[in-house]
Amino acid sequence: MKKIRVLIAKPGLDGHDRGAKIVARALRDAGMEVIYTGLRQTPEQIVNAALQEDVDVIGLSILSGAHLSLVPSVIEMLKTKNMEDVMVIVGGIVPDVDIPKLKAIGVKEIFLPGTTTTDIVAFITDAVKK
Amino acid sequence: MPKKDSSKSLYDIAKIKNSKKKWEEELLNPTLKKSPERDWKFTTISGMPIERLYTPEDIEDIDFTNDVGFPAVYPYTRGIHATMYRGRLWTMRQFSGFGTAEETNQRYKYLLKQGQTGLSVAFDLPTLMGRDSDDPLAIGEVGKCGVAIASLKDMETLFDGIPMDKITTSMTINAPAAILLAFYIAVAEKQGADIKKISGTIQNDILKEYIAQKEWIFPPTPSMRIITDIFAFCSQHVPCWNTISISGYHIREAGSTAVQELAFTLYDGIEYVRAAVKTGLDVDEFAPRLSFFFNAHNDFFEELAKYRAARRIWARQMKEVFKAKDERSWLLRFHTQTAGCSLMSQQPYNNVIRTTIQALAAVLGGTQSLHTNSLDETYALPTEEAVTIALRTQQIIAYESGVINTIDPLGGSYFVESLTANMEKAALDYFNKIDSIGGMVPAIERGFPQKEIADAAYQYQKAVEKKEKIIVGVNQFVQDHKPIPYLYIAEEIQQKQLKRIKELRASRSDKEVSKTLAVMKKAAQDGSNLMPFILDAVKSYATIGELCNTLKEVFGEWQEPQII
Repeated sequence: MKKIRVLIAKPGLDGHDRGAKIVARALRDAGMEVIYTGLRQTPEQIVNAALQEDVDVIGLSILSGAHLSLVPSVIEMLKTKNMEDVMVIVGGIVPDVDIPKLKAIGVKEIFLPGTTTTDIVAFITDAVKK
Repeated sequence: MPKKDSSKSLYDIAKIKNSKKKWEEELLNPTLKKSPERDWKFTTISGMPIERLYTPEDIEDIDFTNDVGFPAVYPYTRGIHATMYRGRLWTMRQFSGFGTAEETNQRYKYLLKQGQTGLSVAFDLPTLMGRDSDDPLAIGEVGKCGVAIASLKDMETLFDGIPMDKITTSMTINAPAAILLAFYIAVAEKQGADIKKISGTIQNDILKEYIAQKEWIFPPTPSMRIITDIFAFCSQHVPCWNTISISGYHIREAGSTAVQELAFTLYDGIEYVRAAVKTGLDVDEFAPRLSFFFNAHNDFFEELAKYRAARRIWARQMKEVFKAKDERSWLLRFHTQTAGCSLMSQQPYNNVIRTTIQALAAVLGGTQSLHTNSLDETYALPTEEAVTIALRTQQIIAYESGVINTIDPLGGSYFVESLTANMEKAALDYFNKIDSIGGMVPAIERGFPQKEIADAAYQYQKAVEKKEKIIVGVNQFVQDHKPIPYLYIAEEIQQKQLKRIKELRASRSDKEVSKTLAVMKKAAQDGSNLMPFILDAVKSYATIGELCNTLKEVFGEWQEPQII
């Protein structure tokens, strides 16, 4: 079976990468191919990396409050490149009121503090199969 | 008075060993046979094994006078002041900042009106990264995590009506610390304050940025040079300024163990001292102005032992290795913040209790100042109500709990002394490892501390998921909770700040800006102390982004080694 390919990305200026790295490592331990972009990637860089690496999933880690600017840019750019089949998930600090806004533009799931990596692995495995 | 019976001494080790053996055989073993201990790893939250019971046997090698001793006496294990909190309580300093300079100026005036004498500035991410509010990478980040300060104009607004000669200001700023300090000095001069008397702190700890928080601009070598330029400039011109706050807080938040926090932070401190000495500064000229900043996490005893060990290690390094003669150079003064990463969004009111335990450890460990986190900080910047509860937590510890009545009340506990000594030893083991790599800068370039921290963070996460570590309300005692109110920063803030910076660019002399930036660039190239040139550029209303971009042309930008 083909391995699931995931791009873990940190958009924006924030450098807090504990969560992104833990998730990247857990997905790798669960048998997925994981590419970590490193810090401070523009939406364009993220989408280009996703295209180049031919990933199934983009995981965006955002803790700074800039999700309503950064996530829509990534999704718009995916559309312009006809990459709507790439699933976008978000992890980090997102106020409750913003969750429906992100889901409405196509974010598949938002993982808040306290989520286990087991849950994230299960979600991705399940969603990619569909 | 009856003659002292030496066989009753607390430290008759042979006798203690015998009676412990007897206790184990007659009491403990039968109990264990009947009902074994819980299937539980008895370790600190960092994984350090903890014994069932501590006795004088465990502190046999500790010498009271040399290792523990008296407060305000070398090696300061028990605290740096002779009377500690009986003389003066710690400073309760809550960190704040949001939106534009105008909003934060209003908040500061309110805080000062409530009797607060010190301010603590939180900057937004573009400012922390040395970028202007209208930088393409700043989109969505302006005014979110703190206040947006792009130029001297913003700083003038931030301190409008606030007498800078009467307050002290702590600024959490690292990569562009020299620029923010220059903004501060320039505003103070405009207010007519004597800059020889103004006081405050800049965090200015770039090494921990490479290690943990990742808000860097330039590579390590030029960054260290800017820091030593600041030391030299301030010791002459701004002598009351605390030029660096060497920080373990962020290292811990990134997932390190308590020992890693202790070891990497103190080693960073050593590296700054080495760098300054290498430029020809006398150690006693700048060392008394060094200060530290630690985390207070959940494991109560481990944390307070960490602070005790930190003071002892630092004093010994400064006196024995760097041969500092001024006693003030030996003192480790520190600020503490409770652990943001320990707060949970599930059942958020439990965070008040976590913060209380952490704050208590900081106080019992002898902190000089303290920030207590608010219960809603897993959601957003705190509401006024949440901040008030956090401040009240400190006040209840200070005024109601009684723990301030005596100095270092846990000193002499077999457990605490043993744990303090073990943490010192474990930190020194890390010192040896980093020495063998050639110091902290090569270690960072190789990704050594980064890897150690990432490993510790992953181990911890796995332990939580396997329920080897219990987090109340998260992996045990789970329950739905009602949503809590939290602060929401509107997107309009960005537009307001963009307008401010546009107005600034239209009103200043671009010719003057180009001139001062060119002169600064030359100083960066020829190795002169940068501070006076940064100050001149700032006064011409050059923006933080313009200053940093000019310096990037000379120094380049740091590229992180990729470690997962």
